[in-house]
Amino acid sequence: MSAALSDTAAPAGGEAAPPAQAGGTSPGSGLLQVALALVLPVAILVAWHLATEGRTYSLIPSPSAVAVALYDLAFGGINDDAFSASLLTHVLASVGRVYGGFALAVLAALPIGLLIGRVPLVRQMLDPMLQILRPIPVTAWLPLAMIMFGIGPRSAFFLVFLGAFYPVLINTVFGVRSVEPRLFEAASMLGCRGSAQFVKVVLPAAMPAIFTGLRLGLGFAWVVIVIGEMTGVPTGLGALIMEARQLSRTEIVICGMIAIGVAGFISDRLVTLLGRRLLAWSPNHG
Amino acid sequence: MAEPTLPILSLSHVGKSYDAGGRRIEALRGANLDVARGEFVCLIGASGCGKSTLLRIVAGFEAATTGQALMWGKPISAPDPSRGMVFQDYGLFPWLTVRGNIGFGPASRGRPAGEVRDTVDRFVELVGLKSFADAYPHQLSGGMKQRVAIARVLANDAEVVLMDEPFGALDAMTRERLQDELLELWERTRLTVLFVTHSIEEAIFLSSRCVVMSPGPGRIDRDIPIELARPRDVSASDFNELRRELSGMLHSHHGRLAA
Ligand SMILES: Nc1ncnc2c1ncn2[C@@H]1O[C@H](COP(=O)(O)OP(=O)(O)OP(=O)(O)O)[C@@H](O)[C@H]1O
Ligand SMILES: [Mg+2]
Repeated sequence: MSAALSDTAAPAGGEAAPPAQAGGTSPGSGLLQVALALVLPVAILVAWHLATEGRTYSLIPSPSAVAVALYDLAFGGINDDAFSASLLTHVLASVGRVYGGFALAVLAALPIGLLIGRVPLVRQMLDPMLQILRPIPVTAWLPLAMIMFGIGPRSAFFLVFLGAFYPVLINTVFGVRSVEPRLFEAASMLGCRGSAQFVKVVLPAAMPAIFTGLRLGLGFAWVVIVIGEMTGVPTGLGALIMEARQLSRTEIVICGMIAIGVAGFISDRLVTLLGRRLLAWSPNHG
Repeated sequence: MAEPTLPILSLSHVGKSYDAGGRRIEALRGANLDVARGEFVCLIGASGCGKSTLLRIVAGFEAATTGQALMWGKPISAPDPSRGMVFQDYGLFPWLTVRGNIGFGPASRGRPAGEVRDTVDRFVELVGLKSFADAYPHQLSGGMKQRVAIARVLANDAEVVLMDEPFGALDAMTRERLQDELLELWERTRLTVLFVTHSIEEAIFLSSRCVVMSPGPGRIDRDIPIELARPRDVSASDFNELRRELSGMLHSHHGRLAA
């Protein structure tokens, strides 16, 4: 005799494996995807090349000039000037500030967001002030930051922190506030009450929104880094761009832009991968 | 242990009013209901007659405005694992697998990990989801989700299972299968079930007692013991007679509402 509530729901045989995760790309479409993604960049590169190559007085350097500059910036051996072989130093300096400021922003925004979302008293105390500070662009903070933190890396750190703080905070609050009330009922009738629900219900339920916030925050951190490094720091991709601009070395400016784009892209991929692992349960992430 | 004559659930003059935008809605008035351990009680009635409200008061999700709800003679003041709720929309934790959902209650109550694992194994097996034990809710069909919802309540030692239209969202075949399985489970254990349904047939097929409620304000109208032998045959003449009788009661409510 079969046990009650047994087996009948499983597809014939009861041996069926759980359904495969949806959303994966079918094999063979990978190459096509890469090709599609390359169409526009290649077109731009060709147009850029045609518009600049061989024109001595072009203000915009040609792609090949940028490529040479990028090689020199990375490895040296061509120009042997102040920029040669300095790329790694600048990248590491920026990465340090981006992740440092970002980590600080997460450490502050996550608990504040959880509390604002769940504790009315905290919401009433903090929310109005945070909402008024929010529309102020990071650039507007620059003069004040330099007065408060001086010229140097601490200002850059602070600006990156500001840039990453709000996306993380707002998405955390949103995630916490949109937890289905049903889940609290389910938890409490199963014996999980009070503050235990914070860890066992609120945090996991808000995780998808929190991850969206982390992604946006890290993206903003990269956006803000150039501004942050305009505060007179000697190294960093932002500093590199500013210095190259002053020396009219536009090809170095473009190299800096490329480096920021690539670094930002890689760090976004890393967060996305982490999110996929942690959010395998979510039909929108897994 | 309580003395055998004490009802497991006892509602006396339970009423509930909601404030909805300044307007007072009386969802339930003067409900009296005693349920003995091991009974299978179905609540049936027109939409809005307070069935869910009554169930939620018993669960401890809502406090009664008047009267008192007791379990084993003690006032119900908060949700408790001894009264498990099976929601129509399942209410599973989407970030937990089938195993995680079933183990949620025992783990929350501080059972040692090994014991939780054994309990989970037992109930995964019981509801026939062994090959889906590590699947997440969004990978399950409605019927499977409802099995998980039932299993997690049973795995948590619920004495009373509260079910609010649990099979309402399922197709007819899955519903019939789950009804059979629920009955088998109920007969094997000494569970007490309070089951809300819109289907007269479902109520007669499942229950040992059918409580008919009427709207405006919601209240308990009739309390009809269903003494048909099990397994019940929905096409038998005595089954049909009861169906006609109950249908007449429910339609008289509709008529009164329309008038
Ligand atoms: N939270 C609430 N706030 C205000 N009114 C409510 C609330 N919950 C229920 N009501 C009202 O109480 C009455 C009874 O609702 P209840 O959900 O108990 O009915 P029901 O019998 O379960 O109906 P259905 O069969 O449609 O599920 C309805 O008029 C409903 O509008
Ligand atoms: Mg209802």
